[in-house]
Amino acid sequence: MIGAASAEHPLNAATASHALAVGTSGPSPLWYTTRATGVVALVLLTVTVALGVAGTARMETRAVPGIVRAGLHRNLSLLAVAFVAVHIITAVLDPFAGIGFVSAVIPFSSAYRPLWLSLGTIAFDLLLALIITSLIRTRLPYMAWRAVHRLAYACWPIALWHGLGTGTDSRLPWLLALDAACVAVVAAAVGWRLQISRPADLRQFGFVATAGFVVATVVFAALGPLQSGWSRRAGTPVHAAGAIPPKTASVNREAPTTRHIEDYA
Amino acid sequence: MNLDTTTALRRRVEPRDIQLSRLTAGWQDMDRAATLRQHASIYGPVPDLSRRGRHGLLDEVAAAHLTGRGGASFPTGVKMRTVAAKRGPAVVVANGMESEPASEKDQALLARAPHLVLDGIALAADAVGAREAHLCLPRTRGWLIDIVMAAAEERRRADIDPVPLSIHELPHNYVSSEETSLVHWLNGGEAKPTNTPPRPFERGVGKRPTLIDNVETLAHVALIARYGAGWFREAGRGNAAGTMLTTVSGAVEQPGVYEIEAGSGVGDVLWTAGADTAAEAVLLGGYFGTWHEIRDVADLPFTASGLRRVGGAPGAGVLYVLPPGACGLVEAARVLRYLAGQSAQQCGPCMFGLPAIADDLGQLASARPEGDPLGRMQRRFAQIEGRGACRHPDGAVRMAASALRAFGADAHAHARRRACSVSQQPRQHTPMMPMSRPVAEEGWR
Amino acid sequence: MSLKLEINPIACTGHGLCADLAPELVELDEWGYPIIHERVPNDLAVHARRAVNACPTLALRLSRSQRHKEQN
Repeated sequence: MIGAASAEHPLNAATASHALAVGTSGPSPLWYTTRATGVVALVLLTVTVALGVAGTARMETRAVPGIVRAGLHRNLSLLAVAFVAVHIITAVLDPFAGIGFVSAVIPFSSAYRPLWLSLGTIAFDLLLALIITSLIRTRLPYMAWRAVHRLAYACWPIALWHGLGTGTDSRLPWLLALDAACVAVVAAAVGWRLQISRPADLRQFGFVATAGFVVATVVFAALGPLQSGWSRRAGTPVHAAGAIPPKTASVNREAPTTRHIEDYA
Repeated sequence: MNLDTTTALRRRVEPRDIQLSRLTAGWQDMDRAATLRQHASIYGPVPDLSRRGRHGLLDEVAAAHLTGRGGASFPTGVKMRTVAAKRGPAVVVANGMESEPASEKDQALLARAPHLVLDGIALAADAVGAREAHLCLPRTRGWLIDIVMAAAEERRRADIDPVPLSIHELPHNYVSSEETSLVHWLNGGEAKPTNTPPRPFERGVGKRPTLIDNVETLAHVALIARYGAGWFREAGRGNAAGTMLTTVSGAVEQPGVYEIEAGSGVGDVLWTAGADTAAEAVLLGGYFGTWHEIRDVADLPFTASGLRRVGGAPGAGVLYVLPPGACGLVEAARVLRYLAGQSAQQCGPCMFGLPAIADDLGQLASARPEGDPLGRMQRRFAQIEGRGACRHPDGAVRMAASALRAFGADAHAHARRRACSVSQQPRQHTPMMPMSRPVAEEGWR
Repeated sequence: MSLKLEINPIACTGHGLCADLAPELVELDEWGYPIIHERVPNDLAVHARRAVNACPTLALRLSRSQRHKEQN
């Protein structure tokens, strides 16, 4: 029993194991980097999408003329790729979740939360397609480039749901607020753009799809990541479960240290 | 009553009889399309070209100086030779669309003598080395399509055409009769004009060299193949060769389709149809054409070269006589509004510019100008012309500009909110030919 | 040999980025569509190239024309 540990014996079995456990299997700086870069990438992608949509909606002000908006859209997307690259590399290098490089491009190849991680893989594949075709845009037929670029409307929601599903911080209030803000920004931009859409039934479909997506995201978050036990339901492998240090604000009913000791005792 | 016009129209004590029945032979006696047998009895059998060879027909058509009858007046021999010279199998497309509301000649030709046109298609296909032929008709003329398909079926049963012919029903918009529109539609797209290059004769239907000719042009080819270039040139005044079909409408006693000798004077054509001697203005070349005072053009030949000096052209042989007592600006404004509505909406200057000048001309026509519509129009003409993918905006601008010239005095009066030379009372007058359906209703595919 | 700037009027949807990047070569009409000055002087070539690359619908094209240099 842990309770049996006493201050006179600093190196008794329990505290030793505990120290060992926290020292070798706790979240490393790599894992924190993965999570941080993931959040930043999502924000960058959100602004990128909003700027792209603003371009199609011909929203132009004197302060932000078309070429500035287009330049920002391009540069922020490239910056997002950089952050996603770090996000992936750190996730792979970190032994904590046991994700291999293959999982960066091939979905459903990881043991860690396979579905939710695969969303990230898919989003990354789409992002690569978007970026590469855009870099060689002048050499492609315009219609081909445009067809691929429309995949942005798939890439961003998938990335968002990836974050909600895999993110160990999903329940943090500030992160929830950030996610909500990202959804609001994209929904507003798309909604604004839909106003000038023709024909009318396409416009209706767009509004319904956008509203539906927002509702689905809220419902998913409420029934999924925000519920206790999500980590297990999402498919977190047992060895990584419960490694969240108790200092985080997440309401984690599992007593991490206790379970840990029992596993390895 | 305008003394000048009366004089112009009546100058010839014996007006010249300019009519000549070649394409229209026997039309008076028939109330329906000529059957294959009737056709053969009037014109003789389709000539066997295998003896003369392919170059035989190309040489004859070039020697005949036949020019396109669809409006562009391009030398047909040159066109056919260009397509024939390209590598690979070619395609022949016969343009029977006739989207010009003021024109009826192609309908009349196809309805009375379809075999002339079908002969021409078969002969042209053989001459340019085409392996497939298409005939494009507007889907709103179901009655015409039935007639043509019946004629085609007769030929199929008689097995006289080696090259297979497909008859197509296209949307009936103004710009859908343009060459690149036909190609685009046949290639699976919308009946809207596309960018050139490439022109259809280089790469058209199925990316192959495509010969596109008006149905009347092909009918002439059918007769040239039988009787030769020399026979063709026996008709025609001045440098013009052969005969042409014209449609005369408006303030005339006998509106309709007339076959006349090419090169006839405008005044003679108007007289033949019984134009009102009090009429002062005429629209030459269709809705796409130009307005003129009759006295300025009566003595000029109704040809492209003859009318060039007054900035006009015969177009597809269309003449509309403005009734005396009608305000030319009002009619021009109606036509311009129509043309603006018929834009394919692919290019900004046409899509936005034409409605803008239609508004300006409408303000002028109703004598309720806001600001300076005349000045605005002049500025906008320069901004619109030449900036579309096709010639639609150019034609509309040219028509509007000619109206401002021909009815200049009226335009200035209206700009100052004064009545023009026509009395304030609305007069009963023959309305312009009915206009086709708005593009939104008709669709593009 | 000089450069020629041409526009595909069907592809153009009037975004106007070209006029911002190369105002000496492109002027916008009252409806926001570009009026192109076709002949590109060599010192403006880089701006013409930027305008071509920036067009959201790739409606601009830069090509070498075979004509001799014009007087103006």
